[in-house]
Amino acid sequence: MSTSVIETNSTGTSALEAARLVLARDIRLALRKRGQLVQPLAFFAIVTTLFPLGISPELSRLRDVAPGVLWVAALLSSLLALEFLFRDDAQDGTLEQHVLSGQSLTWLLFAKTVAHWLLTGLPLAVMAPLAGLSLGVPASALTGIVVSVAIGSVGLSLIGSIGAALTLGVKRSGALLSLLTLPLSMPVLIFGARATELAIKGAGFAPPLYLLGALAVLGITLAPLAAAAAVRISLE
Amino acid sequence: MPERRLQAENLHLWRGDRHVLRGVRFCVNSGECLQITGGNGAGKTSLLRTLSGLMYPEEGTISWCGDNIRRDLAAFHADLAYIGHEPPLKPDLTAQENLHYWVGVRRKLSSHEMNQELSRLGADQWGDRPVRTLSAGQKRRVALAGLLLMAAPLWLLDEPTTNLDAEGQRLVGTLIEEHLARGGVAVAAIHHELTISAAFIRRLELSSK
Repeated sequence: MSTSVIETNSTGTSALEAARLVLARDIRLALRKRGQLVQPLAFFAIVTTLFPLGISPELSRLRDVAPGVLWVAALLSSLLALEFLFRDDAQDGTLEQHVLSGQSLTWLLFAKTVAHWLLTGLPLAVMAPLAGLSLGVPASALTGIVVSVAIGSVGLSLIGSIGAALTLGVKRSGALLSLLTLPLSMPVLIFGARATELAIKGAGFAPPLYLLGALAVLGITLAPLAAAAAVRISLE
Repeated sequence: MPERRLQAENLHLWRGDRHVLRGVRFCVNSGECLQITGGNGAGKTSLLRTLSGLMYPEEGTISWCGDNIRRDLAAFHADLAYIGHEPPLKPDLTAQENLHYWVGVRRKLSSHEMNQELSRLGADQWGDRPVRTLSAGQKRRVALAGLLLMAAPLWLLDEPTTNLDAEGQRLVGTLIEEHLARGGVAVAAIHHELTISAAFIRRLELSSK
């Protein structure tokens, strides 16, 4: 005889535990599908190392364009991975099960977005110093670059989660996702590039960093709610 | 045994310009299984998705234990286990990992419980294999183990016997009967009759017009 019980909630999972499970599952899945994991990082490395070949080997010139190159590459790399954020879960019915789990969908999607940042944004921040060095950035600026990319990519993941959720039901959604996400990501690009520029010049880079932090907090507050609403609509 | 009842009143659902559900009404109580039949495109899956709260009907109400499900959707979902056409399993995870993450989001799950249900479904031999290496019938058995582990009083099942052999189909019938005997409610969209006692069954036929 089955041990199944009909009384629910007696051993219900807490919202935090449910979010932890979603996070752990996404990380485990990503580690088993390394190709998807490596793709944005390889793109970032290729773009930032090809630029010196295309512009000039002159370090002073490369240093001038480094903030823009680093941040555009980071933005586009983050965008590459966004398409997969909810797509597989929508196709195999996992998102439906999340909606029907009795847990807060907002929390579960936030956990998925955190996983996306851990697998894309954080590795980009770790790679940024190497890319910076190839662009002639002084070693003293590397800390500023790592911190700004780490904080800025939080905003990029959160903004991207809204776009990924809105384009769930759309076939070949890549172009639409870019159209939706890129304009919203402009403040992150501007403040991130500014923080990097100030770090390269040896000036205080805290003010743009604070703005990046504020954008990340705003994203944490609003993006999961918006993504959850969009997912519900697209599953209908 | 607590009395439970799923009731639908005058459900109308449109998909674009297609009137999929036209005034569907039924009432199914504890210990009963509603079998929904109808041709392809008759709206069986749409009805199940509407009953689960995934789709919003243009008109009509659905109540669970006397309360409109929209009043507290999260509480209704905590009482509900829904298995769609395709088992919600990740190909790159093993059957056990899938159940751990899928069911674990709803309720705390011990490995003992999980292995017991996998074994009951005859799925214990492949519990540690990646789902992508399993046949469609084996995946279905893993999904049915998930259904049991969710321990929900209301089951919504879309073609629960798809891809199963004769023995698997009989097993589904047994599982549903046991669920009903415990006071559960089941609603199943089917193409082939379920092997459960006629005493438990209520029927609803959807027209594909």
